[in-house]
Amino acid sequence: MSIKKDLLYAATHEWVRIEGAEAVIGITHFAQEQLGDITFVELPQVGDSLEAGKEMGSVESVKAASDLYSPVSGEVLAVNTALEDAPEKVNASPYEEGWLVRLRLKGAPSGLLDAEAYAGAVASEENH
Amino acid sequence: MQTIFAQSVPGRLGVVPKETEKKAGDMLPAGLLRSAAPALPELSELDVVRHYSRLSRLNYGVDSNFYPLGSCTMKYNPKFTESAAALREFAGSHPLLPQLEGGEAHSAGNLEALWLTENLLAEITGMKAFTLQPMAGAQGELTGILLIAAYHRARGNKKSRIICPDSAHGTNPASAALAGYEVVNIESKDGLIDPAALAEVLDDSVAGLMMTCPNTLGLFEKNLPEIVRLLRRVDALLYYDGANFNACMGRLRVGDVGFDVVHVNLHKTMATPHGGGGPGAGPVGVSERLLPFLPGPRVVRGQDGAFSLDYNLPQSIGRVAPFYGNFAVCLRALAYILRCGGEGLSRASDYAVLNANYIRARLHGQLEIPYDRLCMHEFVCSASPLGEWGVHALDIAKALLDKGFHAPTIYFPLIVKECLMIEPTETESKETLDAFCDALLLIIEKARKDPQSLRDAPLTLPVRRLDETRAARSMVLTEDLG
Repeated sequence: MSIKKDLLYAATHEWVRIEGAEAVIGITHFAQEQLGDITFVELPQVGDSLEAGKEMGSVESVKAASDLYSPVSGEVLAVNTALEDAPEKVNASPYEEGWLVRLRLKGAPSGLLDAEAYAGAVASEENH
Repeated sequence: MQTIFAQSVPGRLGVVPKETEKKAGDMLPAGLLRSAAPALPELSELDVVRHYSRLSRLNYGVDSNFYPLGSCTMKYNPKFTESAAALREFAGSHPLLPQLEGGEAHSAGNLEALWLTENLLAEITGMKAFTLQPMAGAQGELTGILLIAAYHRARGNKKSRIICPDSAHGTNPASAALAGYEVVNIESKDGLIDPAALAEVLDDSVAGLMMTCPNTLGLFEKNLPEIVRLLRRVDALLYYDGANFNACMGRLRVGDVGFDVVHVNLHKTMATPHGGGGPGAGPVGVSERLLPFLPGPRVVRGQDGAFSLDYNLPQSIGRVAPFYGNFAVCLRALAYILRCGGEGLSRASDYAVLNANYIRARLHGQLEIPYDRLCMHEFVCSASPLGEWGVHALDIAKALLDKGFHAPTIYFPLIVKECLMIEPTETESKETLDAFCDALLLIIEKARKDPQSLRDAPLTLPVRRLDETRAARSMVLTEDLG
């Protein structure tokens, strides 16, 4: 399982990459592994405003449908439309090609985990 | 295997139709006549017989094999209930008749059957009254939530939220959301609703709580009295999802415990046909305070003993189905209840619980059983320990098919990883339960020695492992049948 050093994480298994005033959101390698083969991703629309910790869409796999929560607040600038036809990108490349949403940040991110803390959270969940 | 359309050969006939004196054109206006013959398959009688015989052999049902599909209660439906539903007097009656003036007297038997079924269900569950209208469990849930909404409206309560524990059935949050409520999820503690977690989210905006009891882990919610007390404090109602009622008949009258609404899946608990999309039936029972809101019309018995339909229900939420629900399904349930009697129903639940615990005890130490204590009618185990050999719950499910057993429910509930949810039901013998356990234990042994063979399963069925991912990603929803 891979966890990237330069990202921030939510306990609900989304990652966020801060790029100046913007942020990119996806789900973690652990999340896609738990879900199994992803078959459908429902994303917000460009222009939507997202609130940290609130539902922003959902992801369906052969096993289950799960809600997605935005780890940060902001306005959606772009969504990964490639996932409409190729949701498998989330499995194959959760941190790169499988990104979900790009947004303009509103306020500083807070309450997120760094890579080490997230690794700890995953470890305790696996032993749960 | 080819479809019956693909087997068609132009000009081949099963039966030569008799020449009739009058053609369709002599009797129907030209505008209603076909311009070309319908594209029906052309086959001989023998072709057709073989086709459908082959299909029937591909079918898998509880009539052919063990079916431990957790959460679904796939118990055997005794055949005598079919003869009750097929009685000419019932089967030949017209559903509109009791709605015509004077028609009630000519439908007295039908109305009495409905009335009796409602009253027996009320007695079994301890509720004040029932409606038989909802045609499935999920429709019963929606009806129940609409009743809760009607109650709060009538009292001037401003309520916007429904609480669903994470161990509830998946349809619960969907029903609450469909009725317009915001769904609040609460986490279980040691497999049960945690009154402290409930108290934390409970305020005046909560309309009710939907509880599946026993829950999807097969555990009885032992904090029930505390939960009822907490909800009463904010005038929130308690909904009982009766999907797992097969565990409790004769042992738990949910109305006595303080539930306000309950739906019972007749197609699970009362041994009416199940699967293939129905027809099901999800009658809804209510406590005294929800009585005025029940869907109408309601079957009533007058002082002279005559049955009629009561439309004068000013506070009713209205109809939720045409006529009176799935009448013939209700008849089968009525026959089942009467044949079993109170003692028989209790015994059915007792055996359902005993059978589940027997399998759980036999699997102890072989698969991980996250809540390894006395369960109700079903229990959940996890294939996580087999992950070491790259074997998952799905592989075990497929390998069981090769051994002639239907697979348990897998990957539900979501709160247990790699989960297998096993519900044997009361109708299985010890020999069948042992054969199932033996097969499962063999599969677990194989996971260590030859994991690839499990990943390749099934090998003996008409189709090999289906590509579920591709089926979900590239859906083909139409088929040109020629």
